[in-house]
Amino acid sequence: MAQTQLKNKTHTEVEDGSSLKGTLASVFFVGIFIVLTWVGVYFLYLDRF
Amino acid sequence: MLSQKVDRRDGKLAMAHFYVAFIALAIGGLAGLLQVLVRSGKFELPAGIGYYQVLTVHGVVLGLVLTTFFIMGFQLAATSKTSGTLTSKQRTIGWIGFWTMTIGTALAATMILLNEATVLYTFYAPLQAHALYYIGLTLVIVGSWLDGAAIIMKYTEWRKANPGQPSPLMTFMSLVNTLMWMVATIGVASTVLIQLLPWSLGLVETVNVGVSRTLFWYFGHPLVYFWLLPAYMAWYVVIPKVIGAKVFSDSLARMSFILFLLFSIPVGFHHQLLEPGIDPAWKFLQVILTFLVVIPSLMTAFSLFATFESFGRSKGGSGLFGWFKKLPWGDARFTVPFIGMVAFIPAGAGGIVNASHQMNQVVHNTIWVTGHFHLTVATAVVLTFFGVSFWLVPHLTGRKLTKKINKLGLIQGSLWAIGMTFMSGAMHAAGLLGAPRRSAYSEYGGAAQAIEWIPYQIAQAVGGSILFIAIILMLYIFINLAFFAPKGEEEFPVGEVAHEAEKAPMVFENWKLWLGITVLLVLFAYTVPFIDMIQNAPPGAKGFKLW
Amino acid sequence: MHMHKFEKVWLIFGVAALLVFLTVLGVSAFYLGNQPPSCLATIDPEKVDTTAPFNEPGLKKVEGKDWDYELVFVAQAFAYTPGEVEVPLGAKVKVIATTKDVIHGFEVAGTNINMMVEPGYISEHVTVFDKPGEYLILCNEYCGTGHHMMTSKIKVVE
Repeated sequence: MAQTQLKNKTHTEVEDGSSLKGTLASVFFVGIFIVLTWVGVYFLYLDRF
Repeated sequence: MLSQKVDRRDGKLAMAHFYVAFIALAIGGLAGLLQVLVRSGKFELPAGIGYYQVLTVHGVVLGLVLTTFFIMGFQLAATSKTSGTLTSKQRTIGWIGFWTMTIGTALAATMILLNEATVLYTFYAPLQAHALYYIGLTLVIVGSWLDGAAIIMKYTEWRKANPGQPSPLMTFMSLVNTLMWMVATIGVASTVLIQLLPWSLGLVETVNVGVSRTLFWYFGHPLVYFWLLPAYMAWYVVIPKVIGAKVFSDSLARMSFILFLLFSIPVGFHHQLLEPGIDPAWKFLQVILTFLVVIPSLMTAFSLFATFESFGRSKGGSGLFGWFKKLPWGDARFTVPFIGMVAFIPAGAGGIVNASHQMNQVVHNTIWVTGHFHLTVATAVVLTFFGVSFWLVPHLTGRKLTKKINKLGLIQGSLWAIGMTFMSGAMHAAGLLGAPRRSAYSEYGGAAQAIEWIPYQIAQAVGGSILFIAIILMLYIFINLAFFAPKGEEEFPVGEVAHEAEKAPMVFENWKLWLGITVLLVLFAYTVPFIDMIQNAPPGAKGFKLW
Repeated sequence: MHMHKFEKVWLIFGVAALLVFLTVLGVSAFYLGNQPPSCLATIDPEKVDTTAPFNEPGLKKVEGKDWDYELVFVAQAFAYTPGEVEVPLGAKVKVIATTKDVIHGFEVAGTNINMMVEPGYISEHVTVFDKPGEYLILCNEYCGTGHHMMTSKIKVVE
């Protein structure tokens, strides 16, 4: 029991220090921006003759 | 070696490049201001100066001169810093390169000022400029090859002295960009030397327009990556050190540069998507290759965010975005290039649209494209170069970046961001409505559609004027750092790698392999359509001087 | 070479998005025929006025083709012939253009009709004029001092 608790504690600390979840969120923001831009102009293309 | 300063003699060589680059910024910036004012419809050029002459100055002086001189100076300094002082032979070659480029620039500039070369920086035949204009531009290219030769020689020397070791990251990156530049400039050198020069001298009567354009764009797209890669070099290697973090991954940085070498060149058709004489299947093939060159930029985006997040968390930033606040926003060496990175997000998104085959019909040669490359080269790249100047110029001149100049740098970057938001934003919007690029003010016979574009042109003039103020500020900063800042030591920041244990794989240094694949990809993408273009060539075009 | 798990996730997303874009473009281009203008026909730029169909610029009804009309334009510094033309609403039209001198652009503002016109080559684009109105034609490739004065007009009428 004691061992598990200790492990848990170390685990959270390590994850907080080296986590890249903010990076993942940021690049996905970039990715969604790219997709929306592209889809927007594609619909403009479809709408025009 | 890393703690060493760049040798003063190498510093002088780099600084010589920077003087020309910043003179170019002054002239080209003024030309840009005149253009946005003319296009607002509220201002006319005095003394019979033509709009397109000013536009030619703007494109040549900023697109070719500022960029090439700054990049060569930066890469020479970076190579000297990370691989050791240049030998006197290498430095002499560098100086010959510098003077060749400078003489070429002076020749081309003279012809533009005499109104003998109002053909813009793309000089599409059959508009025919004076032969000295073509010779001048050729000398700029040849000079850049000599600068590049000095970098290649230093690299070779380092590898011989350190067998089995991967080269220093900044030297590696400078080398990749130099090699890409050399392979790419063969195209423009060919069309100028084989086609345009004999034609402008009257030795041959006509020119093959399709071939000339294809050779130009074989060069024209890698040109934009030649601008971008030194900025990426600063983002990957310099920025981490500036903020006090580590380089996220040495190997992935090298891999992205190798991908740029491979995929920057066989993609020129995406500038020729709407032109006759090229089979659409070959266009689409190069569209696919263009999309591949997006991937190393996606990798770069991840690396940069990861560097920032790791650093911010080590400073106690928590939660999803807490690290963001921990970044050193008061440091112009970081913040100004950071504005450039942000600009690259819409710039990249717009670039994917431009390259999207038939979708190019919506935006081709509209002012959307001008808005696009004012985000890529004129924000992402140029603000990074400014951010590099803040430390590199005082480092080379033995001076210090003072608090006051740092603050001015922050103001300069913010003004740029505001001005460019107005100008580029309005250009993108007007472009989607159909407003053309490279055109003086016109109401197009009172057409209703053209009237709608005018408010956007006024917004561009407002943005352009703000940008001009930012340029003046930057020139002041440069002059201060070069001549007047207090004497002292300014650091040349070179980031160290996060995982020291992980050595970069030696395969990245195998140039026979990478150059071999580069050539194969070029042959694959170009051979068949190029032969087709020559075999099915129409009668040649005579030269015209319509300005 | 080590790559972070999140970076792999990001690259898979990015590459997948690029593949979707390419697939949409590819199907539209090769299956539905929406290719960018890429006509492979050539012409002697000095004999444009005497070469069909450029000897008679303007709108012409045609029979037995995939399109109902052909709309022929000749570009030269700094004008298009014809300077104005009417097209019936809903007509399927092949727009055909060439130049007698330097490179010009041929853009019908606010539409997908946008092509380079180069000496020695013929440029074509087929489309259905399905929205009424007045459309400005302009030159969007620099061709000399009068570049920004180079215009024409298409009226799509019922």
